[in-house]
This record gives sequence, structure tokens and C-alpha cells, in this order.
Amino acid sequence: MAEKTTETHHAAYDSKVEGNIIFTQVDAAINYMRKNSLWPMPMGLACCAIELMATGASRFDISRFGAEVMRFSPRQSDVMIVAGTVTYKMALAVKRVWDQMPEPKWCIAMGACASSGGMYRSYAVLQGIDNLIPVDIYISGCPPRPEALIDGLMRLQKKIEGEQSTMAQLKDGSPEEAEKDAAAVSADY
Amino acid sequence: MSSDAVISLKNEFGASILEEIEFRGEHTVVVKNSDAKKALQFCRDNLGFDYLIDVSSLDNFGSEPRWEMVYELYQLANGGSRHLRVKAAYAENEKVDTVSDLWETANWHEREVYDMMGIEFEGHPDLRRILMWEGYPFFPLRKDFPLAGRPSEMPDVAFTEKAPLAGGPFVTSPTTASTEHREPRSRSMD
Repeated sequence: MAEKTTETHHAAYDSKVEGNIIFTQVDAAINYMRKNSLWPMPMGLACCAIELMATGASRFDISRFGAEVMRFSPRQSDVMIVAGTVTYKMALAVKRVWDQMPEPKWCIAMGACASSGGMYRSYAVLQGIDNLIPVDIYISGCPPRPEALIDGLMRLQKKIEGEQSTMAQLKDGSPEEAEKDAAAVSADY
Repeated sequence: MSSDAVISLKNEFGASILEEIEFRGEHTVVVKNSDAKKALQFCRDNLGFDYLIDVSSLDNFGSEPRWEMVYELYQLANGGSRHLRVKAAYAENEKVDTVSDLWETANWHEREVYDMMGIEFEGHPDLRRILMWEGYPFFPLRKDFPLAGRPSEMPDVAFTEKAPLAGGPFVTSPTTASTEHREPRSRSMD
């Protein structure tokens, strides 16, 4: 984002017009909008969902980070927060909800169970949701406190800042190459 | 003090009552499996056990008969708070008479027993799996089912994989030896 300048003596500066214009890159503008209005899909499956609700409520207030619009329709969501134990019986339903979410989308694995199966080394529990869908952020804890979820969300925002969606589409050459460039940038986060 | 319920049961069924156990005021009777349902009906109709708390099963893997059914009975009416446990043993391929016609709640309890142990119930109105999905090929609470689970695949419904036990399973066994002996970091199970 361009900082508001204190320089007012430039020859070509027309304060009537330029005071309301911000020069930036398309990617930066898009990422700025995306990261500040993440609409979460609350995939609450166990006790982590209670902490997720606390995060959404007044004391911790996830809306300070633009993510208060919990959507119970995957078609309106940006980020799926998998909060809880994913059983094999539920696993394909989670995958299906994820597939119904429009791009761009991100996934947060909240807590030990969603990240790795947690304490359930069992015939009934999927050993980490990353077996089925790509995960952007893992949050440790059993369950994690709301602060931890907010920290995860802020890290996701950091990650989104570095994405290069339009550049990947406009760049000459193969899409794979453009993806690689974008990955190199976001690797810094 | 022998419970009056147990005395009535013995008067009615005589030799079919195989064993009678009292532990801290709670009574258990072991019934011959052919008379189990009649005994349970007698408990409900004549002894006032109007509430079936739970139906569960035991797997005595390696000894015969393999299965043991356990019924927890309770009296709620007339201010009663009597408790009675009824057990009956069944061989591996025997079917158990359903008690879902006596207590409605047995319907789901018996489905759970079927789901987890694979014991089938004669006369059950709706004997489907209740926790695992239809088509899951194993009965996970049997003693010969490995703790880590087994791989299975049902396209578009569910799949399972073996869980990594990472040095486990961490199981304990009763002994008078030291805690270290009783609860080792891991113990091999086969």
C-alpha cells in the first residue's frame, strides 16, 4: 500500500485528484482485500469447535481480523477451519464440503486431531486431514486456545499477502512456471 | 443378604440359574442362554425391572463359549432403585434372542453390540450397523482385531487405514511388580 505522503510540492501533483488515488499492484490490492475478509467455513467436529465459537464471540472477537462471517454454506466460504477429530465416517463429507468451496480457498487444521489424528491412534479416526485436503496452517493444542487460532489466522493472512494470483495468470510461459514463481515469493512466509 | 429378585428368579428358573454373584450389594445372575430371554421377561413383568440401562458384550477370545451378553436392569417405578445384572454366554456361531420387544432401548444397544462385536440377534427389527458404515468389513472390538485397525475401502462412502502406533500400544497389565514393569513405554502385542 502506498503511504500517505507528506510531500506536497511536486510539480505535477494535483491534490484534488491524487489525494484519492493509490498506486499499487493488482496482486497487492487483491491480496489486501482477500486477507481482510476471510469468510470461514466452520467445520466443527469436536471440542476444538467450542474454542472456535469462543474465538468468534465477543471476548476474543475474530472480527477484528475480518473473519467473523462464518458461513455454513461452503459456496460462500474462503477458509475451512477443520476443528476437531475427523473420523473416517466423516472424512469424505469434509472432502466433499471442501470440493464445493470456490477458489481461492485455504484450510486451517485446528488442533492435534485435525493435524495428525491426535491421541486417537484408532481404527476409526483419520490420521490428519492433510491426507485428504491441502492444509495451509496447522495449529497445535488440544484444543488450542482462541489466541492460538487467531495467531494461525494472522499467519494465514501473512501467507495470502505473498500470493501472486494475477501474475500467475498473466505471465508468459507455462502455468507451472508461474506457480513456481508465486511459491518462491510465498516461501518467505 | 441375597436379593429377593434373585430368590424369585431361582424359584422360577431353578437349574437354569447357573451362578449368583454378590459384590458390594450388587447382584449378578448368570443364566443358561436358552432361558435368558424368558428370565429377562420375568424380571420385567414380575420383578418390576422396568428400565434396561445397558446391553453390552464380552469377547472371551481363546476360551469357549466366546461371547458373553450382559444386561443391566434397573427399577425406576414405585421409588425403587434396585439393580440387577443378568449374564448369558453364547458360542461363536450362536444367535442371541433380541430383547428389543421387551425394552425399546435394546434396539440401538443391540445394534451397537452387532456393530462392534459381530454378534447377531434373532428377531431384531432393524439389525444394521450403528457407528461404523454399512459395508465396513470388520468388527473392531473383537479381541483378534488389531488396535491400529485394518485398511478397508468403500468407494464414495469411507475408507480406513492402519494407524501409526509410533512405538505403542501403551497398555498396562495388573501385577504387583513395580510401576515400571506394569506400565512400560510399549509392549508388543500380536
